[in-house]
Amino acid sequence: MSKPAPAGLVAYVNARLLDPASGLDRPGALLTNGETIADVGPGLFQGGVPAGIEVVDCGGHCLAPGLIDMRVQLREPGEEHKETLRSAGEAAVAGGVTAMVCLPNTDPVIDEVATVEFVARRARKIGLAKVYPYAAATKGLEGKELAEMGFLMEAGALAFTDGVKAIGDSQTMRRALSYAATFGALIVQHPEDPSLASGGAMNAGELATRMGLSGIPAAAEAIMLERDMRLVAMTGGRYHAAHVSTADGVAIIRKAKAAGLPVTCDTAPPYFALNELAVKDYRTFAKLSPPLRSEDDRRAVVEGLKDGTIDAIASDHAPQDADSKRQPFAQAEFGGVGLETLLPITLELVHDGHLGLLDALRRVTSGPADILGLAGGRLKVGAAADLVLFDPARGWKIEPDRFRSKSKNSPFDARPVQGLVLRTIVDGRTVFRRDV
Amino acid sequence: MTDQRFPHRHLLGIQGLGPQEITAILDLADGYVDQNRSVDKRKNLLRGRTLVNLFFENSTRTRTSFELAGKRLGADVINMQTQASSVAKGETLIDTAMTLNAMHLDALVVRHPDSGAVKLLSEKVNCAVINGGDGSHEHPTQALLDALTIRRHKGRLAGLTVAICGDVVHSRVARSNIYLLNTMGAQVRLIGPKTLMPAAVDRMGVDVYHDMRKGLDGVDVVMMLRIQNERMKGNFIPSIREYFHFFGLDREKLAMAKPDAVIMHPGPMNRGVEIDSDVADDVERSLIREQVEMGVAVRMACLDLLTRNIPNQVAV
Repeated sequence: MSKPAPAGLVAYVNARLLDPASGLDRPGALLTNGETIADVGPGLFQGGVPAGIEVVDCGGHCLAPGLIDMRVQLREPGEEHKETLRSAGEAAVAGGVTAMVCLPNTDPVIDEVATVEFVARRARKIGLAKVYPYAAATKGLEGKELAEMGFLMEAGALAFTDGVKAIGDSQTMRRALSYAATFGALIVQHPEDPSLASGGAMNAGELATRMGLSGIPAAAEAIMLERDMRLVAMTGGRYHAAHVSTADGVAIIRKAKAAGLPVTCDTAPPYFALNELAVKDYRTFAKLSPPLRSEDDRRAVVEGLKDGTIDAIASDHAPQDADSKRQPFAQAEFGGVGLETLLPITLELVHDGHLGLLDALRRVTSGPADILGLAGGRLKVGAAADLVLFDPARGWKIEPDRFRSKSKNSPFDARPVQGLVLRTIVDGRTVFRRDV
Repeated sequence: MTDQRFPHRHLLGIQGLGPQEITAILDLADGYVDQNRSVDKRKNLLRGRTLVNLFFENSTRTRTSFELAGKRLGADVINMQTQASSVAKGETLIDTAMTLNAMHLDALVVRHPDSGAVKLLSEKVNCAVINGGDGSHEHPTQALLDALTIRRHKGRLAGLTVAICGDVVHSRVARSNIYLLNTMGAQVRLIGPKTLMPAAVDRMGVDVYHDMRKGLDGVDVVMMLRIQNERMKGNFIPSIREYFHFFGLDREKLAMAKPDAVIMHPGPMNRGVEIDSDVADDVERSLIREQVEMGVAVRMACLDLLTRNIPNQVAV
């Protein structure tokens, strides 16, 4: 499918403008010219929209920067039966996500310039959500030899990570942080001590004991984060901890930030919306990595979001086909899809009174943009017109069978939520529209 | 008894030498450059003296350079090439010292893969010791020959800006040059990926750059360091091609330096790894061959000065 011609002038009127970066939350209008935002503000088009401009009536709903999902597994190339760039793109825009940052754990691994360029080229051709690749920090994600970070950055890699694997060897992590710092690059870590996590299927504790499953202790996260904080202090390298899931993990990041270390972190919706009880009855769709933790951990993650320790919320989209999940719990693959539920589960924080609407949206727009050095995530004149129009109050029930994603493995199956995406705009083009 | 221009028994490193002492060596070496260029290169200053080159690491150029320096001053020169045993190094080294003492040497040049090994040996022998390179610690005669080369081209060392590029973390050449250039009033910049910079190196009075173009901006001298292939296997840097792209010296990066900037390399060069042949062989800019010539003269000056401090009569 070729990219449709860019729109001309489009006026989005009667909108509740939400821009977390500037703190804007006012009724108003927004004008796009082709691919960019031409004007925005409460006073815009108060005297009516001039002729020749296409008008979109937002019906008083929220118009915000499109979501930037900083942790997505795309499965293409290599596992197209689970997800493709197209199916993920369709799921993304249905969820209000206008930019995805994808992990390098594809086959082949994104550790070469050619793979970085392949992903970027394919995504551009599909023309749905934008795709920015992470590249491997170590060759083949093997945790041994550094990848060619300089070349990969020049090719467009946004940051470096070994994906769902932790960089476990301390010397390798030290060199990765150090080498990345040479180019000002960010290292994204899956913070989990590999030997403690090895063989574990769920959170260690009473429930795991009762279920007869081997556990992954919360300390696996704390140990890796503590070590990494020391390596960050030693090297000065920029570091981002993905999907922080434990009370200790949040506390370690909070302390590191207070000490002025160049550290950021995100969490994913399951870690503030669910706890380990979701795996009861051996529900493999709730088998995630890191595992769903205790209720105390969940509350600590919410606290981390409230006090700003946690900078971003990412979907941690991990598509798995039915065969990978319809297994005895210990054999089933880790991961859950999340692109289409990122916004409503994030909005639970607002509906539950934990975060203001702007503050919640910041974690999925300008928050990740700032971490990754992306220009998007803002309602700014001259910026790309990547937008989402949504009704924050509208209730619906999560039905994975209706997902655009090829894989349906959501831990939020049948959950009633509030907050529905009505329209998604990428580079000024409406790429998704839901008529309600 | 002791020559006041260089009142030391050994030359173990540049650290600790003052500007007058460094200048004394360079001034004396200047004279030896002329001698080496004449037909009769031989002087009998060290007649009857015995110089041993004791190399625990493979080396051709440094050993040859010291051998020539000794012979041109009239000394008897013996080369001992041996491998440092990985076990009981200290013990072996001290045994070696005892053996050497029994041979009544006057001067000993030592190269050893372990930092500090030359100093240890110097404490146990009766002769003058010159450090021919110890581990990642110091290589003083290399820094002196580099200084002589620069001084002869630029007329001075003070006020120059010198960029040292590459594998600083493993380099004894870099350390000796940092000490010498700082002592003589030059500005030192280090350029390389962060993985090849030692911890707290900014405490050594240098400016560190990770972007080679910025680091080379306006420098007078570009000193390239040798990258050892065993460091290239993904541990310190991902690959040779990435290293060359970002940190190899080529025309384009060199264009950031002053138009009359000179290029140096301690050798042996890895062409296409840290330096492009095009610039390495540029007769207008590259001083790499001249560095080798200055090496002999500097080592003659060092032997000359140190042996002045050795008594001519054996104490009974």
